[in-house]
Amino acid sequence: MALLSRLRTWALTRSPWILHFNTGACNACDIEVLAALTPRFDVERFGILLKGSPRHADILVVTGPVTRQCAPRLRRIYEQMPEPKFVIAVGTCACSGGAFQGCYGVLGGVDKVIPVDMYIPGCPPRPDAIVEGIAKLLEKLRRGGSSGRGRE
Amino acid sequence: MSTIDLILGPQHPAFKEPERFLFKTEGEIVVDVEPRLGYVHRGIEKAFEMRNYIQGLYLAERICGICNVAHTLCYAQAAEEVYGVEVPPRARYLRAVIHELNRIHSHLLIIGVAAELIGFDTLFMLIWRDREIVMDLVEMMTGNRVISAYITIGGVRRDVSPEFIEKAKKMLTKLEERVKYYRKVWIEDPIIRARCVEVGKLSKADAIKLCAVGPTARGSGVNYDVRRHRPYAAYDEIPFNVVLREEGDVWARVLCRIDETLEAINIVKYALDHLPSGDIRVKVPIRPPPGEGVAFVEAPRGELLHHVYSDGTDKPYRWRVRTPTYANIPAVCHMFKGCYIADIPAILVSIDPCFSCTDRVTILDIRTNERKILTWTQLKKMFREFRRPKA
Repeated sequence: MALLSRLRTWALTRSPWILHFNTGACNACDIEVLAALTPRFDVERFGILLKGSPRHADILVVTGPVTRQCAPRLRRIYEQMPEPKFVIAVGTCACSGGAFQGCYGVLGGVDKVIPVDMYIPGCPPRPDAIVEGIAKLLEKLRRGGSSGRGRE
Repeated sequence: MSTIDLILGPQHPAFKEPERFLFKTEGEIVVDVEPRLGYVHRGIEKAFEMRNYIQGLYLAERICGICNVAHTLCYAQAAEEVYGVEVPPRARYLRAVIHELNRIHSHLLIIGVAAELIGFDTLFMLIWRDREIVMDLVEMMTGNRVISAYITIGGVRRDVSPEFIEKAKKMLTKLEERVKYYRKVWIEDPIIRARCVEVGKLSKADAIKLCAVGPTARGSGVNYDVRRHRPYAAYDEIPFNVVLREEGDVWARVLCRIDETLEAINIVKYALDHLPSGDIRVKVPIRPPPGEGVAFVEAPRGELLHHVYSDGTDKPYRWRVRTPTYANIPAVCHMFKGCYIADIPAILVSIDPCFSCTDRVTILDIRTNERKILTWTQLKKMFREFRRPKA
């Protein structure tokens, strides 16, 4: 059993696939997430691949405050992802609602809707910060097995 | 033949103005399209009324992170009209510099994404690598890569040093060479031409009739550029050309952006060479007098309008924003009519709606009532593998 869980952690941390979802961001975080994939920052060296479908993804990268229109869709995307799954909130808006607190169309941070494993603050965070956040999440998984809150 | 409904992105918040498109298709041909706007409505215009003028500045640049400078510039100009202040000449030139740097980064971004969508991943990676040059410049100038918080009501926040000017000119010369190379690739590459020429046509008459703005209109030969026709910042003193293309297809609209990038590099160099000396900012009080202010700015995607109504308190009574992608929606709906399903991504990206993220497409077959879900990646794959029949 221990061998199996070790194998699972190994498989999970070697090549996690990410899904990027924008829940109402101003696009600044989105272009920094994309910039993290391009040659200078190159997050692919961790085996990370950007996927288009939630059914293929291990990590959900969410940017932006959650708007009322997007909340049910975010929940549906999260439910479509296979276990084990993890969520990274990129940007101050995704962490807490940021500059859009008090807007009538905005619910708040991502954790109002789905559980979040890693917060990356910044408006927008630099691609280096995003790469570090993902690397730290992988380290956490390696250390503590796959005990992310996403398994709840 | 019966029509099939194809829905593109109810959960499609990748745009600045998120849209859902319902395509009515006959076989591979789109016959009609129905847009639905407002999925990521955050209530920003109402939020302006709850914040004072300085706080609104921070909100304005978060309307759109990509063209944040255009929004703060437009916001500041509308507010300055209410305050009745004159911006110092050095600040006007610095505003033009940061505005053009912002345009270069936005255009390179969308040229890269356009290359990716037609299946040219290498070009996408190369362009995004060279885009880092201008991101570095923005960071040196303002302290942040994307959201710059550089422009304020009455001027700009930071001055530039002579060392920065020297370094910036060197870096821009390097970038210019690269962009000239990409221009050559875009004109000569047979794959790009096969995918983009004669796709998503918009005639000059239609562009005027449907009120298209920015490179979408200039790609169809409509000679309208706010920088030329309603000069703001320092554009009445800086010489530049308005880039026009007559073809009106996807290829021409992207080429228009490449040429505008080259123009923007020249504008930045000229402005840095002819920078006047003096103050960079005049202080304004918290409370403006009652009145109205309207400002137009040529954002990377087209004409941007901010309109403010002040009742003499520290908060605006009403703030109205009209963004370029919103103005281009009727034009893009017209382009879709008669196109192939597989051309949809290229046409959509040619108006620059910030297409960068996960998408889903639902294909609903009316005859069998069968619902097929496609991801954005699958749609891209379909587009790449699609061979257009010889007409």
